[in-house]
Amino acid sequence: MLNAIQSLGAKTLSAVATLGRAHAFLLQTLIGMPAAIARFSLVIQQLYASGVKTLSIILVSGLFVGMVLALQGYNTLVQFGAEESLGVVVALTLVRELGPVVTGLLFAGRAGSALTAEIGLMKSTEQLSGLEMMAIDPYQRIFAPRLLAGFLALPMLAAMFSAVGVLGGHLVAVELLGVDVGAYWSQMQSAVSFQADVVNGLIKGVVFGLVVTWIAIFEGADCIPTPEGVASATTRTVVKSSLAVLGLDFLLTAVMFSV
Amino acid sequence: MSDTQSTLVKIRDLHFSRGPKAIFKGLSVDIPRGKVTTILGPSGTGKTTLLKLIGGQEKPSQGRIEVDGLHVAGLSRRDLFDLRKRIGMLFQSGALLTDLSVFDNVAFPLREHTKLPETLIHKLVLMRLHSVGLRGARDLMPAELSGGMARRAALARALVMDPMMIMYDEPFTGQDPISMGVLLELIHTVNKALGLTSLIVSHDLAESLSISDFVVVISEGKVVESGTPEALRNSQSAWVQQFLNGEPDGPVPFQLEAPDYASDLASSKERLDA
Repeated sequence: MLNAIQSLGAKTLSAVATLGRAHAFLLQTLIGMPAAIARFSLVIQQLYASGVKTLSIILVSGLFVGMVLALQGYNTLVQFGAEESLGVVVALTLVRELGPVVTGLLFAGRAGSALTAEIGLMKSTEQLSGLEMMAIDPYQRIFAPRLLAGFLALPMLAAMFSAVGVLGGHLVAVELLGVDVGAYWSQMQSAVSFQADVVNGLIKGVVFGLVVTWIAIFEGADCIPTPEGVASATTRTVVKSSLAVLGLDFLLTAVMFSV
Repeated sequence: MSDTQSTLVKIRDLHFSRGPKAIFKGLSVDIPRGKVTTILGPSGTGKTTLLKLIGGQEKPSQGRIEVDGLHVAGLSRRDLFDLRKRIGMLFQSGALLTDLSVFDNVAFPLREHTKLPETLIHKLVLMRLHSVGLRGARDLMPAELSGGMARRAALARALVMDPMMIMYDEPFTGQDPISMGVLLELIHTVNKALGLTSLIVSHDLAESLSISDFVVVISEGKVVESGTPEALRNSQSAWVQQFLNGEPDGPVPFQLEAPDYASDLASSKERLDA
């Protein structure tokens, strides 16, 4: 019993210490941000590495999620004769929730894990120490461009996920199930608000982008510099950032959409 | 000659701990300017940590380290980075950036710290690569290099900013005889030709002693012996003789501290019987 309490206390202290290191890390990365913005080519490289390389999985997933939403929505709506509202259902679900959330989860799995592995490897092969000894600040040169790229990439990816999802919904609803094309698009246009739905969805994407990238680069920089250390840091990135996306989504939804 | 003219690195009463383990307990040593100095010691004595302390990557808990008259732990980040531009470091793994070619790795510090035109950078990099014999490997990626070649490329990168000192972290570990010979020759030649100060930490005795002007042996956080390689060979210290001759038992015992052997065996029999 005493051991269990001791172990719980040790784990709590360790978690608090990690949280402290993570915030100090974020602060130092933000301090290095102006230097990263001044050399925007570094950010462009990272936008390609974490954004463009994640695009294919986002587009394919978005298409299928939109198609499934249309199928499921149709089965329910048709019972009430409301199948012409299918466009609204698909668009609102994607823009408000699934777009940013699924993109956040996929981004954590694809780009987040790659970032942690890359930075963990740089740490374990002494590349980060090497940069410091060459008088090059890793916060400015390595971490800040990656954080900014994740922050910019995720909302763009989420927007593309939603757009492709709406097209996938159109394919199933209009081409397969025979919903009227005019009704599908016009009802969507009148019911989806740019300010309340699209912008709020993008804000979620921005928040998820910042948090997922922060977790990913911090776990890489904080890992034990061994192959096992890098592997477990990569796993931690996916687990922590997925949970963070889902938890933050609830909080943001409560703030944005509660009446 | 004044103190700072003859001594590049001055370490006084250095204390440093990692967690509960004390790594240095009052270490004092001078690294002479323009010479090859080797710090010897068994694995785990904190040789690499000493290089990190000199380079300001770690801070001592007590004591003072001066490099070229500058108190390293007291420098602002900007001043520390200015100092580091004058220090080259060769890591055990080479620490080459894996996503850049050999050429780009060597050019990296020049592109980051200077506004030199690319044509000049090209010439400087080729000159440095030529001096380490890797001009023909300029387009290779680090993953395509052998361990010895990676260290030579890293040496070219460390030299490209014309530093006043180069620190070598275990440069001979895991090298085949030819690579070892090449590295020894390079360290020796580079030190002479460029008038550098070289600081090597190593546990490879014969190789280190063959090129060193000055040797410092550390153990358990303190200097055990220091002097020329010849003086070290003639040392009366039993510890130094055990280390130099690679004897398995001596002041550093073969057996780690443990309970009495017979009673330990008896207690395990009792445990099995129970």
